[in-house]
Amino acid sequence: MYAIITISIVALIVLFFGAIQKKAPLLPIIYVGLPLAFLLHLLEWNKNIHYYNEMYIADNFSIAFNGVLIFTTLLVFIFAPVYYKPVTRPLEDIYALILFALVGGLIMTGFGNLLMLFVGIETLSLSLYILAGSKKFDPNSNEAAMKYFLTGSFASGFLLFGIALLYGASGSMNLEEIKQYVILHQANMPGMLTIGLLLVAIGMAFKIGAAPFHFWAPDVYEGSPTLITTFMATVGKVAAIAAFFRLMQSSFGDVESIWKVTLTIFAIATILIGNLSAFYQDNVKRMFAYSGIAHAGYMLIAIIALKQEASGVLLLYSISYTIATITAFAVLILVREETGTFSIKAFNGLSKHNPTEAFAMTIAMLSLAGIPPLVGFAAKYNLFVSAIEQGNLPLVIVAIIGSMISVYYYIRPVIAMYANEPSATSAIDSSSNYKKQIILAAFLMIVLGLIPGVIVNLI
Amino acid sequence: MIIVLLLVLPLLASLLLFTGKLGKHSRDFALIASLVEFAVALVAGYAFTFADNKILNLSLNLKQLLDIDIIIYIDSISLIMVMLTSLLIPIIIASNNNREVRNHNFYALILLMQMALIGVFTASEMILFYIFWELALMPVFLITAIWGGENRKKISVKFLIYTVVGSFAMLIAILYLYTLTTPHSFSFESFYQLKLPYAVQVPVFLAFFLAFAIKIPLFPFHSWQAETYNVSPVQGSMLLAGIMLKMGLYGIIRFILPICPDVVAGGSLIFLPLILFGVIYGAIIAIRQPKLKKMIAFVSLSHVGIIALGLLSNNHYGIEGAILQMFSHGVNVVGFFLCYQMIVIRTGTDIISDLGGIASAAPRFATIFLIIVLANVALPFTNSFVGEFLILLGLFQSNVYIGVIAGLTIILGAVYMLKMYQQVMYGPQTIATQKFADLTTGEILLFVPIIICIFWVGISPSFVLQMLQSAVN
Repeated sequence: MYAIITISIVALIVLFFGAIQKKAPLLPIIYVGLPLAFLLHLLEWNKNIHYYNEMYIADNFSIAFNGVLIFTTLLVFIFAPVYYKPVTRPLEDIYALILFALVGGLIMTGFGNLLMLFVGIETLSLSLYILAGSKKFDPNSNEAAMKYFLTGSFASGFLLFGIALLYGASGSMNLEEIKQYVILHQANMPGMLTIGLLLVAIGMAFKIGAAPFHFWAPDVYEGSPTLITTFMATVGKVAAIAAFFRLMQSSFGDVESIWKVTLTIFAIATILIGNLSAFYQDNVKRMFAYSGIAHAGYMLIAIIALKQEASGVLLLYSISYTIATITAFAVLILVREETGTFSIKAFNGLSKHNPTEAFAMTIAMLSLAGIPPLVGFAAKYNLFVSAIEQGNLPLVIVAIIGSMISVYYYIRPVIAMYANEPSATSAIDSSSNYKKQIILAAFLMIVLGLIPGVIVNLI
Repeated sequence: MIIVLLLVLPLLASLLLFTGKLGKHSRDFALIASLVEFAVALVAGYAFTFADNKILNLSLNLKQLLDIDIIIYIDSISLIMVMLTSLLIPIIIASNNNREVRNHNFYALILLMQMALIGVFTASEMILFYIFWELALMPVFLITAIWGGENRKKISVKFLIYTVVGSFAMLIAILYLYTLTTPHSFSFESFYQLKLPYAVQVPVFLAFFLAFAIKIPLFPFHSWQAETYNVSPVQGSMLLAGIMLKMGLYGIIRFILPICPDVVAGGSLIFLPLILFGVIYGAIIAIRQPKLKKMIAFVSLSHVGIIALGLLSNNHYGIEGAILQMFSHGVNVVGFFLCYQMIVIRTGTDIISDLGGIASAAPRFATIFLIIVLANVALPFTNSFVGEFLILLGLFQSNVYIGVIAGLTIILGAVYMLKMYQQVMYGPQTIATQKFADLTTGEILLFVPIIICIFWVGISPSFVLQMLQSAVN
């Protein structure tokens, strides 16, 4: 709760400084405010506090995921000065919207009532709709915002309808009370509840970008400003998957039969469609959109293999996915600055001029592909083991085949960086500050790959 | 503790090299690090010989922290492979004299590879094994992709895809076997205790066999091999042929033989002829091969096929011979690549028909090359003779027909090796070989350990074989 309040205040202060046209203090306030919010949040660790009639629950699950979201946002803000270098105005609107989106994400990880789930999702989504179109004079950005808004509000409609049906069946929106109802009526589940759950699942699948509701993702990711894409692909996705996990775990864990088959089909379709489509992309940004879809499929496995320890596995997977994606996007932003294109050719010979960036990108790619001993492998391995212990062998086989395909497209930028001759004439300029964050991220991917147990057993 | 040192030493050296702080001294540092590693391996061998139960092991329960248990274990089979690795790496590093192009990262990758290889040969926990197995792939892939010759991108990606497909098949098998263990565990011990019914053994065998057959490589999964050897820098080819393909053979010993014994016993008439066909196929192509490096690739394909035949012969002579031959083949093929490198550096070509008459210009080189060629032909008193003899003995006992045909391939071996030697070393000198300088003392030093191994194992193999007997049983 403290985190939500602190970040909302920070966002308001940012807006205020923007209103009086002061640019200098904006980012420092955010750099201090976000870690402070997390520290305050940590005070609630192990206490399992329920706020406002169980509207919001600060348990270890939500605190851990909020930590991921807050630090991911912090990283996005660290890369912001480089990305927005040519812009002279204070940009308070964009910063504040990112912060409000983060608040939406924080609500989603800790909701105790379906209304809060909807409030969180809408706070996150509405901010993202605007952010997607924040490059006002770029037609692609406008297209992305429009597409995202139309399809997104449609999905919100499904979600809301589903929530209404769940309420109609069980008479409550409280997760705990729904759970009691479900256990009581396990033998003959009312059709209204099953349909309601299906509609909610469709809405959530849309938000995490799972097939067959993934069609918005590639265009929106490609058209949005790259920094916003980074935010969308990491914070947006992790918050949605954490919310989905929470919903399933706290209310519907006992009635696997009514959702397991549907979600398994979603997961298999997502993994295959994501990986196979990424295979053909020459545009790296679009490739990451499809790779994000594929990873959403892997994260769905954690929900299907629902058990208490699965939350730790999901946390590890979220961390591994976020760090690698952020690093990759950071390098992509730099490369794009220099070459003006997102094509894979832009990476040609990067290792000659910028060995640090090339190294970090390689680590990120290998981690996403799940090559040991990086954190991506540890995450996938834990995920597969927890799924296989529940007897989901076919699903794991599909997931492994998907990883196999992914190795090919993740290795392409690596090949381009190391084996091709450079096409750009000069080294890409990156301030030493920026270099440190990239190295830190690469270092984290290696270290967490060596000690994944710390994360898995955290919550 | 000595096992930890074996693993950590190359890793630390490699990390230090990656930083690039050592500049011009990178090669010397890497060489010294690998020599120290060899000394540590010798100490480990010494400790092993005097250990009570002929086993060195180390088990750390770090489930909370690492999510896997660290179980490292050295028995005689592991020890031979560790010795081979730590013996060959210094030679491989020292053989590189292309100082300008290949910077510190080159040596760092070789040492990282060494760490991964030693990890593969000592791990006794499935996931640990898998981590090292995959880790060993990356350095050699990067070495090929960065410092390789023409068409390096396409070929290195092909190599990567082949091996990754195999690895993932293995991962599926590992995860599946894990579900069968009670209580769930990834340790080798718990996997060995599974008594699988025949119907389960077959798919498990196929998954493991796919992974190992690609790595070794066995016919029909070999098509990455010749190209990759050809395009990779000589050091990369040495790593691939000398050590890395032994990972596949080692995997057969560790997994296929104990976990799927019934398939190995019952299905021999299906896969033994297939492998045997690959042996003959490799030999015939080697005879016709115009380029020396590609020829070595096909010779290697043929030789490792024989080793795989020995391992799958379901007979303890065959298995012992195969393990010994794994060591010998590693030494011989690296020696062969060294000779190749000497020729290419001096003449600038590796097309056999462009060479000739080197023997008269460089008598020392001719002698050394002859020893290595004869070792590859498996002449008595050389190391290959012992191994191949035992393999053939084992094959005869399990199936006479396959034994006879496999025996005939030795003749083919003599044909391609001696034909090549004759064309390269004798006859009139060509333009390329007119100014062929003989070996310097430094270069001869490189060959010394190889030649010692050739004769030592060839003349008194009993030392090694005795050590192996208990492990094989």
